[in-house]
Amino acid sequence: MSIRKSRDWFSPDYMDEKSKKKSAYGMHPLDEYLRKDRIPHIWCPGCGLGIILNSYLRALKNSHISPEETAVISGIGCSGRAAGYVDVDSFHVTHGRAIPFATGLKIGNRDLVTTVFSGDGDLFAIGGNHFIHAARRNVDFNVICINNFNYGMTGGQAGPTTPKDAETSTTPMGGFEQPFNLPGVAAGAGAVYVARWTAYHVEQLIDSFEEALNKKGFCFIEVLSPCPTGYGRKVGLKTGKETMKHYKENSEIKNGADPSEVALDPEDPDTNIIVGKFVDREAPTYQDERGEVFEKARKKMEGE
Amino acid sequence: MMEPGTYFMEGNTACAEGAIAAGCRFFAGYPITPASEILERITERFPEVHGSFLQMEDELASIASVLGASWAGKKAMTATSGPGFSLMMENYGLGLMTETPCVIVNVMRGGPSTGLPTMVAQGDVNQTRWGTHGDVGVVVYAPSSPQELFDLTIDAFNTAEKYRLPVIVLSDEIVSHMTEKVEVPPESEIDIVDRKKPEDSPEDHLPFCPDEDLVPPMANAGEGYSVHVTGLTHDEKGHPSVDESTQNQLVPRLIDKIRKNADDILDYEEYRLEDADKAIIAYGSVYRAAIEAVDMAREKGYKVGLLRPKTIWPFPEERIYDLASKQIDDFLVAEINFGQIVYEVERCTAHGAQTYLAPRMGGNIHTPEELVERIEAIDKGMIPAFKE
Repeated sequence: MSIRKSRDWFSPDYMDEKSKKKSAYGMHPLDEYLRKDRIPHIWCPGCGLGIILNSYLRALKNSHISPEETAVISGIGCSGRAAGYVDVDSFHVTHGRAIPFATGLKIGNRDLVTTVFSGDGDLFAIGGNHFIHAARRNVDFNVICINNFNYGMTGGQAGPTTPKDAETSTTPMGGFEQPFNLPGVAAGAGAVYVARWTAYHVEQLIDSFEEALNKKGFCFIEVLSPCPTGYGRKVGLKTGKETMKHYKENSEIKNGADPSEVALDPEDPDTNIIVGKFVDREAPTYQDERGEVFEKARKKMEGE
Repeated sequence: MMEPGTYFMEGNTACAEGAIAAGCRFFAGYPITPASEILERITERFPEVHGSFLQMEDELASIASVLGASWAGKKAMTATSGPGFSLMMENYGLGLMTETPCVIVNVMRGGPSTGLPTMVAQGDVNQTRWGTHGDVGVVVYAPSSPQELFDLTIDAFNTAEKYRLPVIVLSDEIVSHMTEKVEVPPESEIDIVDRKKPEDSPEDHLPFCPDEDLVPPMANAGEGYSVHVTGLTHDEKGHPSVDESTQNQLVPRLIDKIRKNADDILDYEEYRLEDADKAIIAYGSVYRAAIEAVDMAREKGYKVGLLRPKTIWPFPEERIYDLASKQIDDFLVAEINFGQIVYEVERCTAHGAQTYLAPRMGGNIHTPEELVERIEAIDKGMIPAFKE
């Protein structure tokens, strides 16, 4: 893996000699994947995005995937800002369109290890149609959906994953719409890898990201994430710590569970969070299938 | 590309062939009348040239994946008509803001809304200029024949690569569905422009720092430059910087990039204007009726000429200003809408000439006879000038 020189304000003078030797690069083991001049990030205290991004970058490093061969695409929202912090080819595109943008990028350059890193509103409300079609085509990239149950950046409005009854900025009397069961949607649309974890499950999350990064085809990982500022304050989870404790106490790991049966209980969203790897199957990717058809066509043309 | 030679070819087919000749190797689209033949031709031809075609779930996805493919280093295109073009407007803006080279073909049909799916109109002209939100500089080509759908699609790719923006080929149903002689030149005679590549190292590279021509060199994804690309207002590093001073640096440059290079991009054609005192201004399919009308009016003794913008944006404003100052008394704008380009003409002629409009609402083209009647009526002072 090649290591590039720092090009920002960071001065190695901050480090003692020992750490300098330990790390040729900087203060954090993932510095080579971060645009350090963009840190500190804009995310709120208690938000789960830092943990999840950290886990993703760790998975890249563990998989020996260098920044040069990585691309991250985000849509709009809090999670959408992740693309701005990673020192790889990174794209912060229009609301809902991260997936089709990634489709063009990956098909344009199949060597890029491509990940869509975005939120539940971006991927499943405004971008929902693209999600199901990319899963159906089995284009070879990963989608990480940070689900915080609401639109955090715009002030805590309800979205397609908001549990029934939850009070939000746009459901002041409590919600009444049925939320999506995201693993069920992904598996139903054809994703070859489907998992759900929470920001509490760091070890499993890193493993899961690694599996997805090393798997061919459309992989989907939902990560439940604390949003004390937007969602939590109105539903009794007022700090990140409280939410993490809640995830710890109420999550149940059920690898291999039927994705259609892992809906977060809309009547009682605070209990019974089924997490785990639900789908891990093999299927030819879009690129494989197309390659085969095109090859046949070329042979036919040459034969004529 | 195709064997050079003379072909009898439909406009949409010529457009697809022009794209392939220009180096287009990524196409994403969604079926829509009257543009579908472009998709169909591409699907047939792409295996041969090792291109990637994607039939997307809608036009939002089509344009988004075209932008993605362009950042992967491909020359990329999509083709649509009014309803799909409306859906593309937000990502057209993303392409302009992030300086992403690509080509969007809009084969105009009657609108608004679903309108006249199978019939001609020119109602999307101002949408190409002002359809996306915010201030932008744009380039739009208006072909008048299958040959020009071939030639101008190549020009559109070259301009897109040279100035780093999504360029629009604004065809219409008549030009796209017309079958006519198309000369395909040998590959060696076709000029191809590729995007400027950075010459500095990834450590020193500022992805949105322009050269003197106001265009920044472009590092594609996967080339080690770790570019960050955002639709937010961004600084020269490409990092979001949501403040007034960055906005004041970035947006005027995006507009000036086109405005200050307009002479290089601008393309128009003149016919029998040398001694004229009246001029018809027409583009796209209407140009074909207008050129006939000029000859017919000349036979009746009127000194009429024709100015035909091949690029609608940038608009040949200086030439029209000049004509209005020195030579032409009356301009007749013929377009299949209720007056769009006429506003551009009027602002260029207001100091010295009268501007008239020959509108049509879509469904059919002007006849040469009706344009000649207009010329006669203008000459006799029988119709009022176009006023807002």
